[in-house]
Amino acid sequence: MNNALSIVLFSGTEDKLHAAGTIAAGAAAMDRPVNILLMYWALDAFRADRIEKDHGLAYDAARPRFNEPVGSMGDIPWLETFRQAKEIGEVSILACSGSLAVLGLEAAHMDPLVDASGGIAAFLMAAEGSQLIFI
Amino acid sequence: MTATVAELETMTTAKVVDARGSACPGPLLEAKRSMGTVPVGSVIEIWSTDPVTKSDIGAWSAKVGHDFLGVVEGEGYDRVFVRRQK
Repeated sequence: MNNALSIVLFSGTEDKLHAAGTIAAGAAAMDRPVNILLMYWALDAFRADRIEKDHGLAYDAARPRFNEPVGSMGDIPWLETFRQAKEIGEVSILACSGSLAVLGLEAAHMDPLVDASGGIAAFLMAAEGSQLIFI
Repeated sequence: MTATVAELETMTTAKVVDARGSACPGPLLEAKRSMGTVPVGSVIEIWSTDPVTKSDIGAWSAKVGHDFLGVVEGEGYDRVFVRRQK
């Protein structure tokens, strides 16, 4: 069994980024390697020129609801959860090259938190036998 | 190995991590970071107002091989004790 945690991060809204960052940071604290593959809207959120901007909330938030997220959703904003995860553990963040192409982006557009662009085969090889979650 | 409340209250700690007011995963991340700054064999004490911290720190200790010593209830917060083992 591969001890790593693999996350396919597809979504680019504040709430889902925050959930993914929390799980990544928790796994890093537990000494588990974390492999993150950014696809589609997550790539947009990790663009160097957009990463500090408000990325809105997921579709679920459009429905009537009883609780509103407070401030930046917890005392560690989503961006900080990823920064801390990388600081305390072995965390790799790859930009899916296919999604980059679909969005008309290049790896150079990404924030420095993103390590490199990568292909799906390399990600799946690293993820083999690990837990894999899709957000 | 767990310790009694009386033992914990008189225990010498190398570091107190005040994570009160921080929600999950804040206290865990602070514990992880602080553990790297104290010598092996010494004890850190994490203060948290988040009620899940004690069980989370217990799970983390078991996973990474530290010695979870126990919890003392403070006024409105928990004092969680862990001995660094590696």
